[in-house]
Amino acid sequence: MDALEAFRRETRAWLDANCPAEMRTPVSGDDDICWGGRNFVFKSEAQKVWLTRMAARGWTVPGWPKEYGGGGLSHEEVKVLKEEMRAIGARSPLESFGIWMLGPALLAFGSEAQKQEHLPRIARGEIRWCQGYSEPNAGSDLASLQTRAEDAGDHFVVTGSKIWTSYADKADMIFCLVRTDFSAPKHLGISFLLFDMTWAGVSTKPILLISGKSPFCETFFDGVTVPKANLVGTLNRGWDIAKYLLTHEREMIGGGGGGLLGGRSPGQVAANEIGTDGEGKLADAFLRADVARAEVDALAFAATMARYKDEAASGGKGVGDRSAVLKYYGTELNKRRHELLMRAAGHEGLEWEGARSNDGERPRGWLRTKANSIEGGTSEVMLDIVAKRLLQLPNA
Amino acid sequence: MLVLNDDQVMLQDAARGFVSEKAPVAALRKIRDEKVTDGFDRDLWRSMAEMGWTGVLVPEDQGGLGFGFVGAGVICEEMGRTLTASPFLSTAMMAATALSRAGSPAQKERWLPAIVAGEAVIAAAVDEGRRHDPAGTAMRAERHGNGFRLSGTKTYVVDGQAADAVLVAARTAGAAGETGGLSLFLVETGTKGLSSERLSTLDSRGAAELTFDGVEVTADAVVGEVDDGFPLLEVVLGAGRAGLAAELSGNAQESFGRTMAYLRERKQFGRTIGAFQALQHRAAHLFCEVEVARSAVLAALQALDTDPAGASLAVSVAKSKASSVARLAAQEAVQMHGGIGMTDAIDIGLFMKRMQVASTLYGDADFHADRVARARGF
Ligand SMILES: Cc1cc2nc3c(=O)[nH]c(=O)nc-3n(C[C@H](O)[C@H](O)[C@H](O)COP(=O)(O)OP(=O)(O)OC[C@H]3O[C@@H](n4cnc5c(N)ncnc54)[C@H](O)[C@@H]3O)c2cc1C
Repeated sequence: MDALEAFRRETRAWLDANCPAEMRTPVSGDDDICWGGRNFVFKSEAQKVWLTRMAARGWTVPGWPKEYGGGGLSHEEVKVLKEEMRAIGARSPLESFGIWMLGPALLAFGSEAQKQEHLPRIARGEIRWCQGYSEPNAGSDLASLQTRAEDAGDHFVVTGSKIWTSYADKADMIFCLVRTDFSAPKHLGISFLLFDMTWAGVSTKPILLISGKSPFCETFFDGVTVPKANLVGTLNRGWDIAKYLLTHEREMIGGGGGGLLGGRSPGQVAANEIGTDGEGKLADAFLRADVARAEVDALAFAATMARYKDEAASGGKGVGDRSAVLKYYGTELNKRRHELLMRAAGHEGLEWEGARSNDGERPRGWLRTKANSIEGGTSEVMLDIVAKRLLQLPNA
Repeated sequence: MLVLNDDQVMLQDAARGFVSEKAPVAALRKIRDEKVTDGFDRDLWRSMAEMGWTGVLVPEDQGGLGFGFVGAGVICEEMGRTLTASPFLSTAMMAATALSRAGSPAQKERWLPAIVAGEAVIAAAVDEGRRHDPAGTAMRAERHGNGFRLSGTKTYVVDGQAADAVLVAARTAGAAGETGGLSLFLVETGTKGLSSERLSTLDSRGAAELTFDGVEVTADAVVGEVDDGFPLLEVVLGAGRAGLAAELSGNAQESFGRTMAYLRERKQFGRTIGAFQALQHRAAHLFCEVEVARSAVLAALQALDTDPAGASLAVSVAKSKASSVARLAAQEAVQMHGGIGMTDAIDIGLFMKRMQVASTLYGDADFHADRVARARGF
């Protein structure tokens, strides 16, 4: 415990000296987030300084091994770092699919050369990755994907298309599921490839969302040449990697539901906007009751995320299939949270453009959350995983 | 770390073994069918004392085990799985918390060894009406000579029908609705003017309605501070609420587990009903809720061990969540069992009945959601 306390003190002092004041203010939208990548334009000097300093310590990925650009911190030390960052309102220096998804998969399945090549670049925010999983006819039934990779001696030739590829138009590289065996059962003919979005034959086309933004794309592959060295793991065994990666993705998406804890709760927002009675209670009894129940669930859910992580760390494993619990519960909670924020907003939640609503920040945020229970596997698919794998209920 | 440590895991294993052998659901049926007036089995309570459970919250230097709230909660959770009837909550948790933290040396000497030995049962008498409302306490304790004279009625006093003494909240100043002006007294049940009526309750464990008709006590009966008993009462209730939340978590886990077993076994339309996605998704949703309730309970127990006075938010989250989840688990259990779920022959209905009692006591899901809202500023 003493060593951990010492670490806390050092961390606090370092953060205090190194986190720029501007990086201690709340993030107000997607464009405040540092995603990194070859073409990333920093919003401010402070954002760049913060990334550089944190990356130099390995603290953009504090739990990864030092030799791959991480901080080499223990589970408990990572918690302390996060707590200390939260205490001063420090922003995350870097967010990316590389950190959330590809990194953990490469640590578990990548070759030494692949780890050396890709992990430090992810840690420093130099390469931005996107995820090529879903296809027009392979959504929940992901394993039925049809994008093909033909064996051409020392390389593959990739042809097909992906859809809903988040930030494909901004990403530098893609981790992509392709079919390498058409005769095997569907789960046993899939491979996991890495390639560059600038290579010949790759193109993207943005898709407009109901929130009015275009964060994701259709992605087309027209005979893309991919060296065999870019295959991760074993040929035709990519499904194992795909699933492992999804457990990390789901844990991360589910964690968004804990947002109730981090920022102001919808109850505090509503109390500000609607007002309170003489006792300090939100002046809308119906809304107050619903927000209170959501608050109970949010706090109980935050404890669940912490418990799962602590149990995983003390057992030396990941969260595994229980990521489906976090994904399901956390995303449904986040949708509820935004429904409550819209109820609190009333008429003020109807403005779509204009300065006073920050271009309809509230309704656009509300609409965005509707995707939470779809992206990364739908709520129905999560419930299937819980029923089949955790509860071992029989197949139909 | 939100995990049990090695000692706590050992205690959990021991508790599970003990209750499944000595106090399975069949033991509750026996208490019900034989109309045992205490609402629990005194021999079982003595065996629990031999296991050390009665001293789980009594510090080691006062003769207990000092296992803390996580340890106590682990025992409650296991008793929740088997619907074990015992005065653990009233005596080993609430009274032991009050006396070990705020009892006078004489009170400690008189009662703590008796609690640890399994010889004394002490009930907490707080509520006076249909809703849990500690600040609404109206019962008066008027100064009288060197002592006090208590007048009023306490209802649904858990284990009151079997108690040797009651820890009673009464008003020495102020008006009902105020947190100031409350004091706690420890009154032996044989004291003149104190009468008890046994209430038969749906969980078969019973409770008492206690009438204080000018009951005279000396100043030595006061536990803690005169007029400023509310903070202590909150800590004592915190112990009770957390214990009930842990019990409800055990109750929910068990009725859920029994339901899953039934889904794997019962066949209709030529297949096991657990293969129907409509039931799978409800089962999966319920599992998630049970998991979330378990986490909230552990967080509350740990918070109580860290700082009992600062744990009220975590305790309310746990009591609110465990109450509503145990309710959902009981409802789904009956529904997914079909007709057999409605019969007295299987135990599912007993879990539902106890759920109703445990979720109502010391504040239901709404009461605690309201407290969470206040604590969070709205
Ligand atoms: C904002 C957003 C970002 C995304 N980003 C990416 C990305 O970066 N990369 C990527 O590869 N993909 C991405 N996706 C795609 C996402 O993973 C898929 O949309 C998702 O897996 C569902 O597939 P689908 O859209 O084809 O829906 P479908 O699978 O067609 O589902 C339609 C409905 O049927 C239900 N359903 C399907 N199967 C079952 C079943 N067996 N039992 C019960 N109900 C069922 C579903 O739950 C859903 O309600 C993103 C999606 C969104 C919304």
